Amino acid sequence: MSIIDKTDAVLEPESVGFEGPLLDVRDLHVEFHTRDGVAKAVNGVNYSVDAGETLAVLGESGSGKSVTAQAIMGILDMPPGRIPRGEIMFRGQDMLKMSEEQRRRIRGRKIAMIFQDALSSLNPVLSVGYQLGEMYRVHEGLSKKAAKAKAIEMMDRVKIPAAAARVNDYPHQFSGGMRQRIMIAMALALEPDLIIADEPTTALDVTVQAQVMDLLAELQREYQMGLILITHDLGVVADVADKIAVMYAGRIVERAPVHELYKNPGHPYTKGLLESIPRLDQKGQELYAIKGLPPNLTRIPGGCAFNPRCPMAQDVCRTDVPPLHPMTAPDGTELVGRASACHFWKETVNG
Amino acid sequence: MPEKTAEPEKNLTGKTTAAVPVPAAAVEAGPAPDKARSLWSDAWYDLRRQPMFLVSSLLILLLVVMSFAPGLFTSASPRDADLAAHYLQPPNWSHFFAEDWLGYDGQGRSIYARIIYGARASIMVGLGVTILVTVFGTLMGMMAGYFGGWIDSLLSRLTDVFFGIPFLLGALVILTTFENRTVWVVILALAFLGWTSIARVARGSVITVKQSDYVVAAKALGASTSRIMFRHILPNALAPIIVVATIALGGYIAAEATLSFLGVGLAEPTVSWGVDVATGRSQLRNAPFTLIIPSVMVSITVLSFLMFGDAVRNALDPKLR
Repeated sequence: MSIIDKTDAVLEPESVGFEGPLLDVRDLHVEFHTRDGVAKAVNGVNYSVDAGETLAVLGESGSGKSVTAQAIMGILDMPPGRIPRGEIMFRGQDMLKMSEEQRRRIRGRKIAMIFQDALSSLNPVLSVGYQLGEMYRVHEGLSKKAAKAKAIEMMDRVKIPAAAARVNDYPHQFSGGMRQRIMIAMALALEPDLIIADEPTTALDVTVQAQVMDLLAELQREYQMGLILITHDLGVVADVADKIAVMYAGRIVERAPVHELYKNPGHPYTKGLLESIPRLDQKGQELYAIKGLPPNLTRIPGGCAFNPRCPMAQDVCRTDVPPLHPMTAPDGTELVGRASACHFWKETVNG
Repeated sequence: MPEKTAEPEKNLTGKTTAAVPVPAAAVEAGPAPDKARSLWSDAWYDLRRQPMFLVSSLLILLLVVMSFAPGLFTSASPRDADLAAHYLQPPNWSHFFAEDWLGYDGQGRSIYARIIYGARASIMVGLGVTILVTVFGTLMGMMAGYFGGWIDSLLSRLTDVFFGIPFLLGALVILTTFENRTVWVVILALAFLGWTSIARVARGSVITVKQSDYVVAAKALGASTSRIMFRHILPNALAPIIVVATIALGGYIAAEATLSFLGVGLAEPTVSWGVDVATGRSQLRNAPFTLIIPSVMVSITVLSFLMFGDAVRNALDPKLR
């Protein structure tokens, strides 16, 4: 039993012959120990992504969607952060039980991440070609020259005009959209199995958002990757996602295939989010907003975390934490892939 | 920054790898305003336009040449003493760059030759200490800043202990224990005491850079710890370190002169300005030039390095632009 055999088993888990979801997050808890107490950022999140599938994780700031992604990537700052419970199964292997070196080998090669602000996510003193080529040099041991050729090829892939001429330019010489393309190229360089995109279009101009989203969706189809798209923008999600998980105060409050969620939300929070999108046909009317603020994570309200802001809250909401109920149609047939963590999901769907 | 998505070069529009060396060569050609500009090329662009930088770097260049090839400046030897002929002979200002230009000292040695040959000690001490201090201080500061936790506590306390030793007093104590004080002994003694300021600056700078998104992104894309430290953090944390190092360089030269003057730095037969100031002191009343000329050289040298450091700081600190 040599060490090399062991790492190879981790690097090529396909050889194990594992059947099941690509990534399966089970009952994940993340907390941060701060001076004000323990901030419970993630409280029992479950979700899974298959190859070629896009999961959109939706939620306000502080809902725990980015923290979940950081826990999956293994880039949480661990002295304040802690993962008391949960499993992150990647191809059937729990990444939380792996050594730091094993996780590092997965990062970039098997799971890659795209960040919100591409300017600050690119190293200002290195040319983009160097940073892109670094992926090939570090992970595949290519020579400088070969890595640069690959970098140009990748820049072409993400549709950067005159890639060969711009490969030696520095990040600040690119526009926001182009920079995000470079981030995407870096994440896709090694054709990972899973991409986590943390608000990839938030920092971009509206006109560029759609282009970048389309590019991401197109490349995902081409490579048959799993994609976790973290966003607070409902408009971005509709076109690209297959299924949606809505997060609130570190929990998933609703899960649904994308179009059904828009058509018929099963949780008052989702409903509130959808109603607060400005619409042309309601011009002149007051825009709906969910009352109140997201809860302080060190003092999450008892019962359903959404109850202080919920228009439908009853006494039971203040005492009992609603489990994630699988949803059924009025005639009793199961709605595939739908679930809602609301005591009154039936009333929400029908009302 | 001008947006250049529509690059006009028609020959580069293809995705053939053969086109790669062309832009590479273009970048190395220099920082033309519309070509790729990094922090460093920007700084260089700024520096070339600063008179303070030009003057100080010319002086420094002159001093460096002087220290490596003193024979270019004078044919006289700094150790030829002819008491009978030249005892305290005053400067002859009309004999530019001649042996008797700056006069002779109390042992009948040409002051001009001693000034030329004395540059080597100052420059060697200045550069040697700065290099040692920068390498060691940066490593210590980077480890403390990057790893944090108990490593940081340990290294930072160690830094504090060394920082607490008064520089001159510490150097005095160390150097008096050595019988034979060569330039290398002085360099090591000063470096031993001087690395703390660099370590502190490096630690702070690394902590700032460590939190930036591109470091997290590099980590998320699978870079190893050493690659993150040396490829992603160090180049971005280097600017303040270089600024402190160049400014400190002048201080080390002054420290060497001070220690030599006090009789614990370099000693005869090593030729050093500090030694000359010390010997000139006894002749202050009857031949003040034996004291003043080497003192002025120390001042000019220290001043050039301080100006150089200032210019570099102005160029590297974007907030001062």
